[in-house]
Amino acid sequence: MAEQRKLVEVRDLKMYFPINTGILRRHTGDVKAVDGVSFDIYEGETLGIVGESGCGKSTCGRAVLRLYDITAGTIKIDGVEIGAKGQSALRKMRPTMQMVFQDPQACLNPRMTVAAIIGEPLDEHTDWSKAKKLERIYELMDAVGLNRSFANRYPHAFSGGQRQRIGIARALALNPKFIICDEPIAALDVSIQAQVVNLLEDLQDSLGLTYMFISHDLSMVRHIADRVAVMYLGKIVELAPRDALYATPRHPYTEALLSAVPDPDPKVEARVQRIILKGDVPSPSNPPKGCNFSTRCPKVMDICRQIDPEYRELAPGHFTACHLYNDAGETGAPRYECNQQGEDA
Amino acid sequence: MPETGSSVLQVQNLKTVFATRAGDIHAVNSVSFDLRPGELLGVVGESGSGKSVTMMSLIGLLPSPPAEVRAGSVQFGGNDLLKMSQRKLQELRGRDIGFVFQDPMTSLNPVFTVGFQIMEPLRKHMGMDKARARQRAVELLELVGIPDAARRLGDFPHQFSGGMRQRVMIAIALACDPKVLIADEPTTALDVTIQAQILELVKDLRQKLGMAIIWITHDLGVIAGIADRVMVMYGGQVAEYGPVREVFANPAHPYTRALMTTVPSVRGERAPKLNVIEGQPPMLSQHPTACPFRARCAHAFGRCSRENPPRYTVAEGHDSACFWDHQTGEARNG
Repeated sequence: MAEQRKLVEVRDLKMYFPINTGILRRHTGDVKAVDGVSFDIYEGETLGIVGESGCGKSTCGRAVLRLYDITAGTIKIDGVEIGAKGQSALRKMRPTMQMVFQDPQACLNPRMTVAAIIGEPLDEHTDWSKAKKLERIYELMDAVGLNRSFANRYPHAFSGGQRQRIGIARALALNPKFIICDEPIAALDVSIQAQVVNLLEDLQDSLGLTYMFISHDLSMVRHIADRVAVMYLGKIVELAPRDALYATPRHPYTEALLSAVPDPDPKVEARVQRIILKGDVPSPSNPPKGCNFSTRCPKVMDICRQIDPEYRELAPGHFTACHLYNDAGETGAPRYECNQQGEDA
Repeated sequence: MPETGSSVLQVQNLKTVFATRAGDIHAVNSVSFDLRPGELLGVVGESGSGKSVTMMSLIGLLPSPPAEVRAGSVQFGGNDLLKMSQRKLQELRGRDIGFVFQDPMTSLNPVFTVGFQIMEPLRKHMGMDKARARQRAVELLELVGIPDAARRLGDFPHQFSGGMRQRVMIAIALACDPKVLIADEPTTALDVTIQAQILELVKDLRQKLGMAIIWITHDLGVIAGIADRVMVMYGGQVAEYGPVREVFANPAHPYTRALMTTVPSVRGERAPKLNVIEGQPPMLSQHPTACPFRARCAHAFGRCSRENPPRYTVAEGHDSACFWDHQTGEARNG
């Protein structure tokens, strides 16, 4: 695990959407959708991003691909800095980075055939002959488990799971290194979700892909991700290797989030100690002073309402932003058992 | 088969068909179940398995045409709901049977205040005057945990967050102390932390009010947490029905068994690979003459494609519509 190449490096990424009010449309504030996020993604791994709706996880994913003009920060993908690049320069980079979208209903053009949809990236970025493109399209359809004879059908003729496969084939067309999956299974039924997740995993193994997997489904992220980042109100509150995060969550929000997931086993379910959070997520246009989570945190202290906690590495690879761990051991802050090797904070 | 006697709601052989231009869709096929006083019945199934349509046909909420309830009976308080006139049904809905819909955004009227919408059933069904209805509305909002209830009565739905809106929906459904509450995926559109709040609320309300609840969901975890009995639906039919612990510990139908292994958990062991139910849910274009799950079933054999399996009792109060016996691993006789 030690010496891995960083494929994606994001530092202090900020994405603010301006709020303009009044007749003059004056700039009166910002929705701080992503507010100072830093993380790395190593080659060949899957980084899961979890959080509740409105926490900025999708915006973060789109900003990393520069689908937005970011407010501040740097993004390095495959050694190239793209944070400040113009869209035409970015276009040359697009083949290495692709995206699978959430809603398979909305992300496929209903007037294009499957072959045209999967082949569109090839039309845009290659000068291949028609025959060569068609061969590649068939190859991709085989790879994602679609029957070749469906190539001339339109998206409406497919079920949700099959449509998501078309979206995945399109993302794979140009042999990308890095794919952002933005809630790819949220719109699918449970029995179909497992099919798509297994497909994504098989493709990762055979093609050496790197994923950023955005989802609100904590159990599915536990299955697919190697490391997991938990977002709350535009910030990463905790980032850790999967097993460490699920076994010993450090941040009170992560704890509450994990405890809130119902377990499909009545025996386990009866034993689970629920942490019920009070209230709702504050508005990202008017975040609370100090720690963003201070309004709902069951372990809130005075300092939390004053100073925004620093995002620090508690144990190798285990980052969190919480005052409970400022000077671990001295404040009487709760300590957790660590089951990771060499992970003594 | 569910027994008669002490049940508040008893459904027998319900059959609902949608007549579309492309032909009939048999959405609900011979569904039978009963609901006992004070119990929570969980209904699970994928989209298109007929769980919502079943509950909506019970109380005549489906537009007809295209929907048509072709057969069955629904016994509630000594009457057959399917034979009742629309006017009688209207009196019953909201007063005796409350309904919570899936999407709290679209099921509240955006141009009326929340207070008006809570008071509406109170004034209509209970004959309360404005002042008393208002007082009761404040009580209800407090009951479902909305702070500053008296002031928030004047707010419009868009001024509430998703979780709060769902609480308002629950408050409306509870307004007239219904005997039965039907909740159609009430937490599906909500975040997990908000879902946990709503589930706690429902557990709490059941203790206080003691009504019977039908809870529709596709999340097995939610069922495991709150239900007393569970009904698993597939292809418009009841695949398995039984007490929740028994069904989770001893699933009998291959669909239930498969469903339980496809869902990963945040606790316990992490499986290296997810189990998959191959294939797609069935098209319900005709009356079933064979098992709807046979094409995706690991245990299917010849008889499954010739006959539609009836519900076999596998244990006390637990039945499964399958020719395959999970205890012996062989086909059933008879």
